[in-house]
Amino acid sequence: MTSAPSMTSTVAKPGASISGNSALADQGQEILALTKRLFLQLARRPSTLVAGVLQPLIWLVLFGALFAKAPEGLLPDGMSYGRFLGAGVIVFTAFSAALNAGLPVMFDREFGFLNRLLVAPLRSRSSIVIASVLYITSLSLVQSLAIMGTAALLGYGWPGVYGLVLVLVTLLLLVFAVTGLSLGLAFALPGHIELIAVIFVVNLPLLFASTALAPISFMPTWLGWLAALNPLTFAIEPIRAAYAGQVSLSAVVLQAPYGALTGAHCLLVLAVLAAGLFLLIRPLLDRKLS
Amino acid sequence: MSQTGEEATVIELIELRRNYGPVTALAGLSLTVPKGCLYGLLGPNGAGKTTALRIVCTLLAPDSGSVRVGGLDALAQPRAVRELLGYVAQEVAIDKILTGRELLELQGALYHLNAKRLQARILELSGLLGMDDWLDRRCGSYSGGMRRRLDLASGLLHDPAVLVLDEPTVGLDIESRAAIWQVLRQLRDQGTTVLLSSHYLEEIDALADRLAIIDGGQVIAEGTPTSLKSALGGDRVTLRVREFSNAPEAERVREVLERCPGVRQVVVNLAQGHSLNLVVENATVIEPLRRQLAAADLPVFSLSQSRPSLDDVYLQATGRTLMDAELQVAGSRDPKAERKQAMR
Repeated sequence: MTSAPSMTSTVAKPGASISGNSALADQGQEILALTKRLFLQLARRPSTLVAGVLQPLIWLVLFGALFAKAPEGLLPDGMSYGRFLGAGVIVFTAFSAALNAGLPVMFDREFGFLNRLLVAPLRSRSSIVIASVLYITSLSLVQSLAIMGTAALLGYGWPGVYGLVLVLVTLLLLVFAVTGLSLGLAFALPGHIELIAVIFVVNLPLLFASTALAPISFMPTWLGWLAALNPLTFAIEPIRAAYAGQVSLSAVVLQAPYGALTGAHCLLVLAVLAAGLFLLIRPLLDRKLS
Repeated sequence: MSQTGEEATVIELIELRRNYGPVTALAGLSLTVPKGCLYGLLGPNGAGKTTALRIVCTLLAPDSGSVRVGGLDALAQPRAVRELLGYVAQEVAIDKILTGRELLELQGALYHLNAKRLQARILELSGLLGMDDWLDRRCGSYSGGMRRRLDLASGLLHDPAVLVLDEPTVGLDIESRAAIWQVLRQLRDQGTTVLLSSHYLEEIDALADRLAIIDGGQVIAEGTPTSLKSALGGDRVTLRVREFSNAPEAERVREVLERCPGVRQVVVNLAQGHSLNLVVENATVIEPLRRQLAAADLPVFSLSQSRPSLDDVYLQATGRTLMDAELQVAGSRDPKAERKQAMR
């Protein structure tokens, strides 16, 4: 049986979907269903959500207390350490949550659930990635807002309406970038043990080598340079400025060893980083998902 | 099954080759599945069945060869092929934290069913597969049989023209197995083309309209179960001179038997305590054969006679029984490497 004309072609309508809907409507349906699954998992296993809020909260309370008696005038503009630390912990919260974005994807790879998704006639396999990004973005923003609320209750201030918008935009850019990185790792590494190891190794050093816990002026030159190049710093400084009531993007937020950085500089760097990382992992995702 | 090669073909695999590193999984496998046929792939573990099915389902690309499903080139139009296919994988990947219904709803959305049709299908399949009591419980609490039923339901949700199942009843309880067999037969009767793999002879013998025996990544025999068995001819005899003989004794018996007139073939069956599997021309051969053995001081301990089975078809084609082939690969399997093959 090799003659093509006798093959049944009536069963197949290439290009047309079962639903008869537009490609966009179909993809919307896919993304919605995949995102819903992640939220159902979260609702039934809320420990990651709780831990994601608890950990930075402990940082905020304990680390804040550790330096509560720091001499006045030590920090820029006579800021209290709690206030200084607030911005760092908010960014750390969003960063940690986003860094874990790859874990559910990795488990789906390992347990074969991804194959179940890939055998379905998805309009676009990018739906799988988009669902992860939507999920982790909402999760990390909710966690960050919880920390912001707690910090406000502890008397560490609140950024005001414009400031809040600035804070959320900054966090969003950072979360996109880190999610891209984590999803890339989830497809590049062989298993979840390796992914967790990388998350473990990356997490704290990036925190310490940023301006989350101390200003650059406290640091030796080499660490100051590292902190001034660390993406976390580019998120922390505009948020810290917003908390201090400064929402103008053209105002200088950090004196880096290589020059003064404005809020606009910081956001631009984060946006370029996020875009760059997604462009970087795209060939990898294409290969793994095709 | 009245379809022949001249009529509609739904799945056509030509000269598929696929290696995993140094391991050859498929070595030029060709296969044709007619429309509305319940088609079985029979072979020991490691024969290449799963690899072939993964290629049909567009999860894997062959190194070379062509794949057509429903008249479409699966390598050029994978998405259109996916719409035609339902796939029930061997390793049941289930999100334990979702309920059966939620999993089916997710699956339905990925196949772009509208809400009304989806709910109707879930209701229908849940009844068909006897899952009503379990549908709203979390999958983590399901037994192996219930998981497989859920998997079958999710493969059937979009009413596919072709259903592909990889070892659908392996390790299942009898009730679940019977339920799945019944559904597969119903589907075939309604015109669905079903392609399933199995290393259970009885399963393929009982279910399949046609089958291909696969060994070493190739099809080594193909046809209906009846035609394959009757083509062999002769009667089958299983003979023992002791409950469990050792290898040298079995060899001695074999030498005696091979000299008997009317005996076509003698194989020592390692898996069954060195019993001897014979192909004889007809029943009249047996009495002289008993006498010969008694004369050689090897009196018959037990003897059973039967018409050819699919195992005999396999034996004829490969020179070993399916059970022996299974035992041979059992020790050499590498679960880690196999998981890696399935991982994206």
